[in-house]
Amino acid sequence: MLAYLTTPRFLRAALPAASFAILLAAIFYVQPRAMSYFGMNLMLQYTVPIALATIAQMFIITVNDLDLSIGPFVGLTACIGATLLADTPALGLLALAGCIAAYAGLGALIHWRNLPSLVVTLGMSFVWLGVAVLILPTPGGTAPGWVKAIVGLKTPYVPFPIIAAAAIGIVVHLALMTSSYGAVLRGAGGNPKAIGRAGWSLLKIKMVMYGAAGLFGVLSGLSLIGLTSAADAHIADRYTLYAIAGVILGGGEFVGGRVSPVGAVIGALTLTLTGSFLTFLKISPDWQIGAQGGILIIVLALRALINRREG
Amino acid sequence: MNASGDNIVTLENVAKHFGAVRALDGVDLTVDAGECLGLVGHNGAGKSTLMNVLAGTLPPDQGVMGIRARDLTGSYSVTAAGENGIRCVFQELSLCPNLTVAENARIFHPSLTGWGWKRRAGAMIRAKLDEIFPGHGIQPDDVVGDLSIGKRQMVEIARAFTTTDAPLHLVILDEPTSSLDAVTSRQLLDFVRTAVGQGLSCILISHVLGEILEYSDRIVVMKDGLVVAERAGRDFTRDTLVATMGNVVEMDGIKEREAREMKRGHTAVVIEARTDTGRDSVPLTAHQGEIVGLAGLASHGQTGMLLKIYDAAMRGKNTATVVGPVALVAGDRQTDGVFHLWSISRNIGIRSLRNMVRHGLIDPVAEAAMGRSWQERIKIKAPDMTDNILSLSGGNQQKALFARALASDAEIILMDDPMRGVDVGTKLEVYDLIRDEAEKGRTFLWYTTEMDELYNCDHTYVFRDGAIVADLSRDDLSEEKILHSSFRESA
Repeated sequence: MLAYLTTPRFLRAALPAASFAILLAAIFYVQPRAMSYFGMNLMLQYTVPIALATIAQMFIITVNDLDLSIGPFVGLTACIGATLLADTPALGLLALAGCIAAYAGLGALIHWRNLPSLVVTLGMSFVWLGVAVLILPTPGGTAPGWVKAIVGLKTPYVPFPIIAAAAIGIVVHLALMTSSYGAVLRGAGGNPKAIGRAGWSLLKIKMVMYGAAGLFGVLSGLSLIGLTSAADAHIADRYTLYAIAGVILGGGEFVGGRVSPVGAVIGALTLTLTGSFLTFLKISPDWQIGAQGGILIIVLALRALINRREG
Repeated sequence: MNASGDNIVTLENVAKHFGAVRALDGVDLTVDAGECLGLVGHNGAGKSTLMNVLAGTLPPDQGVMGIRARDLTGSYSVTAAGENGIRCVFQELSLCPNLTVAENARIFHPSLTGWGWKRRAGAMIRAKLDEIFPGHGIQPDDVVGDLSIGKRQMVEIARAFTTTDAPLHLVILDEPTSSLDAVTSRQLLDFVRTAVGQGLSCILISHVLGEILEYSDRIVVMKDGLVVAERAGRDFTRDTLVATMGNVVEMDGIKEREAREMKRGHTAVVIEARTDTGRDSVPLTAHQGEIVGLAGLASHGQTGMLLKIYDAAMRGKNTATVVGPVALVAGDRQTDGVFHLWSISRNIGIRSLRNMVRHGLIDPVAEAAMGRSWQERIKIKAPDMTDNILSLSGGNQQKALFARALASDAEIILMDDPMRGVDVGTKLEVYDLIRDEAEKGRTFLWYTTEMDELYNCDHTYVFRDGAIVADLSRDDLSEEKILHSSFRESA
């Protein structure tokens, strides 16, 4: 049993959950009052949009690409949600569906022209931002009531963000890790040539993955305005890097189709908690991003150590 | 076309060209139900291209493709191959390392969906592994990336023999035993015989001639994109097989051109190296001014040997004895050779920067002068040496890479099959250049997959499975001897 618990494979899988648990313990030690329904709810409320954006990024990373536009894209969908969706729901839904279709189209373009995803998505990030500014030139708008109602749900015993995060992790795990088409999707990250030789369409796979990323980007934007009630084109700019960090913290790798949806959600939880932790330590917000980077480096260094033992 | 029902594949005059390279030059091939067809040939004979055509991954440029008595010319694809029960185990593995064994089995079978697919896929692959490789020790939920290369190959082979909804007619095995040990190789080949006895067909490609001779009903020999012999397996012996693979045309022309007499031992030893396998029959030795050939089938340790010598000379590693500075001429121009964004002159000068530095900066006058002088010496066809390197044809790019090595202070030039995809004219010019430089005292180590080029060498070492297996002097060299050493008798 002990031998199994110290195998690199187990350690690697347990690292995301362990870092989350250690961080949570540290927070409870520094600020015991956080250990309550209300405290947890407050600390973790932004987990849901970050987790959704992280899952979106994870879909892209699964097929060996990287999305540098997910932050501005979430900002755009937030702006659409706070304006069109609130005023004319049908038009709003149509616009959001268009956003998802645009993402699937990007996947097709990247595959068809064999373009580097970094360049395409970096360019698109300015497009998303520009469209968001056109829709909502100044911060404002109002989130639709039903969005606020869902996000503000008061669940018994366990705070809503935790339940929502668990649900996101499980649903995506079922779809990507246990379904039969999910195996093909992940295989396209591991050895695209082999997938092509087995007769699967790589174009379709890229479109499915980018489309799924678009869908989760939309959900992220909506859950975000549910919390803030208003939107701003720049509301989610930092999500691009949060999402990448969340996937990697959660045990994913940039290439090779090795990802973990549950890990990615835990990674997003960990990232949200580091912010609260640093606040509790009374570290000035100026230093917080740097300190968050420091925590990231520690976790990733641990994983590198584990991988070295394996190699 | 033969319309009989027990005919699996009928190819007529199938050709496939890559630019000027005729990988397949009009091949006729038939495979009948219930036979094991052995396919042999030297490097570049067209075996792999032919397998890719059969697997549907490469469309042929011309020719008729009859599959199970139906004409599928033009409409053949990977999907059509699958529907007709034709599977291929490619030489480079086509498993997804991030997936489990069961998930990799599912990739092959579009119909494996719905509840419990993982369990069904796992049971299917486990049953097939048990059948082919008893005692394999592979679990269906093992992640493929964690398995050894041999076990991965076992999974790949077993997967090719699994069936769901579509029936299986033909399995193509391209070097299936290259990563298997003696016991598992035998298990596989015995299984192939059993399967063939039950009506399945197999195409077996192997560089182990003993396997081919022992297990094939019929043997097809390919050479330069053509089928040169096709006979029943029992009509071949190892010697006749090797003779058929070899070059019928005598290399007199090249031999005459090579008038230079070079006797070993008159000059100092500049290189002495061994491979890591510990199975070398002799160490690789090069004397100053020699041209030493590295032969054998592609990627059997020749490039590794060159890199080892390079490391010893340039990075101070204690892996081999090397006297004097070395330079490497890369074989894969686009990946390891040219700097895509630089001019021709800069691409030539990069190895000699130390001599062109003034006040800590590169002297543009010296760089341009070096470029011009080498343009004249080896006739690089370019209007201006400050043009981008990619404006040159492939042959001229390769000349620039030779110039880079020759312009440097290197006493020893390592060449990693540099003539791939170079036209004949350029080749002959470069051969002359190499001989001239060797007479001036430079030493050349030349890995080549082309037989003709070995006739330019004073001494040839043959590599097999990572080790040196033969040492041939200029007078002993013959294609037959190289082939004999390159192919193992048995596993």
